[in-house]
Amino acid sequence: MADVNRGNRPLSPFMIGPYYRPQMTSISSIMVRITGIASLGSVFLAICWFLAAASSETAFNFFNGLYGSWIGNIVMLAAAWAIWYHMLGRVRHVIWDFGYCLDVETSEKMGWGMFIGATVLTVLTALVFLIF
Amino acid sequence: MNFLTDRKRATGLGSGGTGAQHHWLTIATSLSLVVLVPLFVFTFGYAVGHSLEEVLAFYSSPCIAIITALCLVGGIIHLKTEVDEAVEDYVGGIKRKLTLIAVAGFCYTLMAAGLFALLKLAIQ
Repeated sequence: MADVNRGNRPLSPFMIGPYYRPQMTSISSIMVRITGIASLGSVFLAICWFLAAASSETAFNFFNGLYGSWIGNIVMLAAAWAIWYHMLGRVRHVIWDFGYCLDVETSEKMGWGMFIGATVLTVLTALVFLIF
Repeated sequence: MNFLTDRKRATGLGSGGTGAQHHWLTIATSLSLVVLVPLFVFTFGYAVGHSLEEVLAFYSSPCIAIITALCLVGGIIHLKTEVDEAVEDYVGGIKRKLTLIAVAGFCYTLMAAGLFALLKLAIQ
């Protein structure tokens, strides 16, 4: 009813660990959230680079050198994997939201598709930048 | 006697108090990612590592500047729905409201800062 318990409803419990066995469906879905939040961090780092480029040559050289170093390249590759994974994972959620592929077997296949697809796309991204 | 209809009772419910609006925004922006993510990964990845003059020349191209602006705005709107959802799941009560406001402040600051920097690069 309208006047019952409007603000004080329970939070969703954190189930992974002792209560809920890790499965392809749950882990691949949680990874969508983790990569989404991590990607906001990637966007923050990208905007630091843009602001540095807009500010001064010294600031730009610092960030550009940092991101262009081998450790920077590894972080950028990890960020690329995360955003590719997130993109694929979100497509899976849209497919589910529209009512398709809701059976466990197909969902698990799509989960594998997200992990493998993100890895393939990241390797392709790295290859494109190595070649061009 | 209760005069409220079922629809009225459901309005404003949902963990964030916004009903289905947030869910729809997530669906719509999820599909936009399919276009925005490849565009951003390849343009930004290309620009990093070049000299400042080359970067200025790259981002002063209208096409690249518009693509990047779209990616920043669209991408941050999507990622904000993502963080909001996590906050709504794990933070409750007044803390949830304050955290959601802080997340919005962070996201819109990023957006404004990114657009300003991009504009400056594009017209310099």
